[in-house]
Amino acid sequence: MPAVVVNHIAKTFKAEKATVTALNDVSFEAEQGELFGIIGPDGAGKTTLFRILTTLMIADKGNATVDGFDVVKDFKEIRKRVGYMPGKFSLYQDLTVSENLAFFATLFNTSIEENYDLVKGIYSQIEKFKDRKAGALSGGMKQKLALSCALIHKPSVLFLDEPTTGVDAVSRKEFWELLRDLQKQKITIIVSTPYMDEAGLCDRVALIQEGKILDIDSPTGITKKFGKPLWAFKADNMYQLMTDLLAMPEVLSVYSFGSEHHVMFHDPNQSTDPITKKLAYQNLSVRRIEPTIEDCFMDLMKSK
Amino acid sequence: MPPVQQKTRQQTKMKQFIYFIRKEFFHLWRDKRTLFILFGMPLMQILIFGFALTNEVKNAKIGILDNSKDEMTTEIINELEASRYFDIEENIHSNADLEKAFQSGRIKMAVVFPDRFQDELMHTNKAPIQLIGDATDPNVANTLINYASAIILDYQEHMKGFQQYPYTINSEVRMLYNPQMKGSYNFVPGVMAMVLMLVCAMMTSISIVREKEMGTMEVILVSPIVPIRVVIAKMVPYFLLSSVNIASILLLSVFVLEVPIQGNLVLLVSECLLFTVTVLALGLLISSVAGSQQVAMLISLMGLFLPTVMLSGFMFPVENMPIPLQVISNIVPAKWFYYIVKNIMIKGLGFTYVWKETLILLGMTVFFMVVSVKRFKTRLE
Amino acid sequence: MTTDKVISVRDLTKQFGAFTAVDHITFDVLKGEIFGFLGANGAGKTTAMRMLCGLSFPTSGQATVAGFDLFRDPEKIKKRIGYMSQKFSLYEDLQIRENIRFYGGIYGLTDQQIKTKMEFLLHQLKLEDKATTLVRSLPLGWKQKLSFSVAMLHEPQIIFLDEPTGGVDPITRREFWNLIYQAAANGTTVFVTTHYMDEAEYCNRVSIMVDGRIDALGSPDELKKKFNATDMGQVFLQLARKAVRSAD
Repeated sequence: MPAVVVNHIAKTFKAEKATVTALNDVSFEAEQGELFGIIGPDGAGKTTLFRILTTLMIADKGNATVDGFDVVKDFKEIRKRVGYMPGKFSLYQDLTVSENLAFFATLFNTSIEENYDLVKGIYSQIEKFKDRKAGALSGGMKQKLALSCALIHKPSVLFLDEPTTGVDAVSRKEFWELLRDLQKQKITIIVSTPYMDEAGLCDRVALIQEGKILDIDSPTGITKKFGKPLWAFKADNMYQLMTDLLAMPEVLSVYSFGSEHHVMFHDPNQSTDPITKKLAYQNLSVRRIEPTIEDCFMDLMKSK
Repeated sequence: MPPVQQKTRQQTKMKQFIYFIRKEFFHLWRDKRTLFILFGMPLMQILIFGFALTNEVKNAKIGILDNSKDEMTTEIINELEASRYFDIEENIHSNADLEKAFQSGRIKMAVVFPDRFQDELMHTNKAPIQLIGDATDPNVANTLINYASAIILDYQEHMKGFQQYPYTINSEVRMLYNPQMKGSYNFVPGVMAMVLMLVCAMMTSISIVREKEMGTMEVILVSPIVPIRVVIAKMVPYFLLSSVNIASILLLSVFVLEVPIQGNLVLLVSECLLFTVTVLALGLLISSVAGSQQVAMLISLMGLFLPTVMLSGFMFPVENMPIPLQVISNIVPAKWFYYIVKNIMIKGLGFTYVWKETLILLGMTVFFMVVSVKRFKTRLE
Repeated sequence: MTTDKVISVRDLTKQFGAFTAVDHITFDVLKGEIFGFLGANGAGKTTAMRMLCGLSFPTSGQATVAGFDLFRDPEKIKKRIGYMSQKFSLYEDLQIRENIRFYGGIYGLTDQQIKTKMEFLLHQLKLEDKATTLVRSLPLGWKQKLSFSVAMLHEPQIIFLDEPTGGVDPITRREFWNLIYQAAANGTTVFVTTHYMDEAEYCNRVSIMVDGRIDALGSPDELKKKFNATDMGQVFLQLARKAVRSAD
């Protein structure tokens, strides 16, 4: 039985003078023990989706189940067995680290001792601050504490809404390592993130944009579907290079990717020789590359 | 399920509840600034109202225009000066000066004796004294005129020694329950109502809404705790805080302001605790409609605090208000509370005299609780 | 890009009590440069930027921004710089053109100037038929681009961008950087902080702050060579890992 099933969920909000469609016919399934990523920018609908799955909101259309329980009818059951870490990690700023953890443990009718093994790996990193107020912790520490609090009752499914946003690069990396460790405990983890590069760390991902799913697959599966040849162009003057490339009729798209430009041609069989001949550049280099998740995301964005 | 296991389930649920209350105490205790206000304010209010503010008028500045300057006027003037109500600011010499004195605000009242006052009184048995009051503050003017009239009448009584009139009517005045007419008797119940209203309604509603604003409410909802327990756990610290406040107000009133508790202390305290619960439930109701802490505070201040001060009867008599306001004042819980406390504390009455009002408070409490429970959202929208 | 220095910083320090947020930083920024100001959360980036914008007074050190001394003439500096951040945006409940008019007025533009600028801006961003829409109804990406253009209304010499592309979709992110490129090509100096390491590569030069100090300064190519890395992300991780503050 899949841990999470989402079936044609739709949700709109009425703000003043405007109706916002947060989710538009979203469907997917996550298997038990999977590390499933929801990848998309702000406004894509990630938080709304999480709130529906954690029973905090009711969808306008469609249905969903978590651990086999319906999110609307059996919400009480779901609330007993999921862990939820909303954006901005909701912790009590004026309670200490250990007080926060104790509180969340008792909230779920358990104690810290009962499931300590589960959170040990994470908690040990912040244990020396256990008497410090949560408000005085750094972003990375708060993140770890919030994760511990969400785990302390041994949930079967963990929902993490943008846990790495606003946190430094080192903590981000460490956090994902923690998640992979958690997977070994057979907890299903549903994570959302706007960072495309984090997609590669998941078992499977759903790419979401403006309330619609662009694709669902494993990271390699998605990149394999790209189907078109992708070239990386590099030169001394990157801005000039981009302008020139965009002016060429053969070129379909040019996107900057750090020190390279990712280029696609209208004709998949286009050879790069005539192109490079037209560009008289210092240190021009061209190579064929495999697409990244970000390339795929942008391609899917445009085609929808 | 075997009984032992059942007990454990109950125990953990209780533990969940207790821990929640503990957390609320932490929040309360660690916000030292708010704590200071919540404890200190009632004490300050009692002291301010008790000592500094008073409806009584003392040492009011008055002026005398004595056109006669005879023995009698002098005696009357002496009486006026001797009273603690008046301070003779200046002797005025003409009508023009009189007007200037009022305009400049130097005097609040003037006593004008006509020419040949004593002569006229002796020969015609009648003589007028004009009392002019600055009615820009009508209450003060009224009071001063009354005081002055009382003093003059008193003097007249004295004079009876010289002249005999048949058929005189003596008004004997007795001020019941508060013979010294101390304002503080009035204020203690009023301040109690105000303080409880502020602490319980406003702080409770803010506490709940703050949880929503911070986002921790989301996490709490996605847990097995029953939402009602959340709400009740939030009320507990403020209930205890209010009990302490009630105790300190009563102690201050009795020992510092010398306002006695004539009636049954247990009854008084019970009624206070009932009112506390009423107001806590009101705070709950506010939190279910307020979207942010600011809105909660605004509603508490404008919608509760202000009507309490104005319509409960402790500052301004409700009977003097236009009928629509009198009707509205009936839904202000503080009005009933004020009535109850006044009757028990100052008049020393028992339960038989306040049971109707108690029932009304109880009814309001139940109503607020029911509506809040119905409105409490177990979801985010 | 010329060799004129528009920002010149020497030993700039900011202390909050015993805590040194910014610890004697020294660097220059050249006119027309795209200067990337990187660092982990808590490294002191925001504090340093606020000082350069004249929003916060340094504890010690020297700085010249847009030709004026930071200590003596902070108000003159403010006239010549622009500021935009992910958090600061436009007024959500005002229309696009109302926002433009408002900020134009604040920046001291004449009515005629505002009119001209508004037409140009709306045309450039292709928002002509949306001039009366409330900003609230715009998608996030559009808001960011609009914020940037509004911050540029008064043609500042330097524009400070505080994580301008956070949470925005990848296509809009790149469109945003096109706006940055155009601004730089027109002679505006761009001082930008970001968490996206690929954006660090778009800068002419980059500085990386760790624990209040600048631990690396140079062009992306120079830094990659120095730290033996294939991309800026690796450079950053190497430096950030050594940090004392982010482990706290």
